[in-house]
Amino acid sequence: MIEFHQVHKTYRTGGRDVPALQPTQLEIASGEVFGLIGHSGAGKSTLLRLINRLEEPSGGRILVNGEDVTALDADGLRRFRQRVGMIFQHFNLLMSKTVADNVAMPLRLAGIRSRSEIDARVAALLDRVGLKDHARKYPAQLSGGQKQRVGIARALATEPSILLCDEATSALDPQTTASVLQLLAEINRELKLTIVLITHEMDVIRRVCDRVAVMDAGAIVEQGPVTEVFLHPKHPTTQRFVLEDEAMDESEMHDDFAHVPGRILRLTFQGDSTYKPLLGTVARETGVDYSILSGRIDRIKDTPYGQLTLALIGGDMAAAMTRLQAADVHVEVLR
Amino acid sequence: MEALFSSLLGNVDWYEIWLATLDTLLMLGGSLLFTIILGLPLGVLLFLSGPRQLFENGPLYAALSFVVNVLRSLPFIILLIVMIPFTVLITGTSLGVAGAIPPLVVGAAPFFARLVETALREVDRGIIEATQAMGATTRQIIFSALLPEARPGIIAAITVTAITLVSYTAMAGVVGAGGLGDLAIRFGYQRFQTDVMVVTVVLLLVLVQVLQSVGDRLVTHFSRK
Ligand SMILES: Nc1ncnc2c1ncn2[C@@H]1O[C@H](COP(=O)(O)OP(=O)(O)OP(=O)(O)O)[C@@H](O)[C@H]1O
Ligand SMILES: [Mg+2]
Repeated sequence: MIEFHQVHKTYRTGGRDVPALQPTQLEIASGEVFGLIGHSGAGKSTLLRLINRLEEPSGGRILVNGEDVTALDADGLRRFRQRVGMIFQHFNLLMSKTVADNVAMPLRLAGIRSRSEIDARVAALLDRVGLKDHARKYPAQLSGGQKQRVGIARALATEPSILLCDEATSALDPQTTASVLQLLAEINRELKLTIVLITHEMDVIRRVCDRVAVMDAGAIVEQGPVTEVFLHPKHPTTQRFVLEDEAMDESEMHDDFAHVPGRILRLTFQGDSTYKPLLGTVARETGVDYSILSGRIDRIKDTPYGQLTLALIGGDMAAAMTRLQAADVHVEVLR
Repeated sequence: MEALFSSLLGNVDWYEIWLATLDTLLMLGGSLLFTIILGLPLGVLLFLSGPRQLFENGPLYAALSFVVNVLRSLPFIILLIVMIPFTVLITGTSLGVAGAIPPLVVGAAPFFARLVETALREVDRGIIEATQAMGATTRQIIFSALLPEARPGIIAAITVTAITLVSYTAMAGVVGAGGLGDLAIRFGYQRFQTDVMVVTVVLLLVLVQVLQSVGDRLVTHFSRK
């Protein structure tokens, strides 16, 4: 478990104070995939880098599995860092070393001397990330996705319990992003590894995260389970992310629906209810007619969800509303 | 053909040339070795104490920088003369190959240190950060990440320094160091034996060419592109 107790950070550059993180309270459970989303400069990297003290906090305490990380001396900090893997947007592999030597590096730095032990670990790691045949290559000979896989193998070399990912997929194309995210999700499951990942893409959060925190101007403005935060966003920043993701502008949408008659609703289905034939049943029973104005059926990590905007016309409107509200869906009346 | 050759190069004593070449190579090798031994740590220290680096230390950086700048701004010919008492102190002589090496090193090491500093600055900060995040000590960061990553740049720096040293060795001839430069000045310049001058210059040129192409090849090899 990672706990932030009133942790804050102010950078001092050229005699000027730049507040990057407001006093923050945060708990990340062991074994979960925790997402941090926010616009550029929101303080995501700062928060992440405080966890392994690549940045020193200006105040507050950070506990990892009960251990006060902020109180560690240089030696303790080095041992702690060996238990925290990290991957980066630009991979940060050593260009002068082969793939195998890059992956072996944390082991060598940790003082493991046995050649056979290192070789065996490296081979197993490269096999795990699907790069068995690339051990003798140099990073410059790999694609972006392959480089990030090397980064992941390297981060896992010392069998850490936490993996920090700073925009690990931001430099990759959508397809490669998907495969790297899948690898992260698998690793999370297999190794019971806690993953903290930063992104500014909703899609990344939706694919792998269990919980998410939305950051804005150095503060966490909203946090909770991904389904909760993204299906029912409360803070304006979160709402903007959701809309951006749907490539839809609220005002534009209202203009479009201006000449649609009837009552306009937004229904949010989640889990099993997503696949139930609710609309047809209600329409048949109450005589209302419906038309779907916009909608999306997708998954958030392992949870299927649907979000539909409908217009209801005619029939017994009151009965239809009661019937919908009684069902296992979230109903919002837009007009 | 052979007759033409020997009449054109009538003043050239090939044995003398051979000895001078050997002297130049010895001076070059010896001074390059000590330049690297002194300049590399100095360059690393310059880098580490520099602004926004691992061991940021304003006063230390300013002091090192100042000494380096002073030594670099001194014309080598002045350094050669100023250094004589010091050279005698450590090598027992100010003449010959041994006498030339201390001023060559003092002239080249600060230059080399600056080039090393620049090469280290070219290393992506992200790589240092990734190494820190693995729990590396500062020592490990220097030896396992910084120096290997800067290797192509450092080899290029050694190449440039070696070539600079070739021209310095020629100047060192003035204080009786021997070598090809000395030959060129004594025979070619002072006795108007143009053929000797041409031969020595060609040999120096070949030396520079060889150094450059070997250096370039190593840089390409270690760039791992
Ligand atoms: N080393 C630093 N020195 C001074 N200011 C900094 C430093 N690092 C970050 N900042 C400032 O702190 C604030 C938060 O930066 P941070 O890098 O945490 O944002 P971010 O959310 O990760 O943004 P991005 O999405 O662009 O990576 C910004 O205003 C930034 O300019
Ligand atoms: Mg960032």
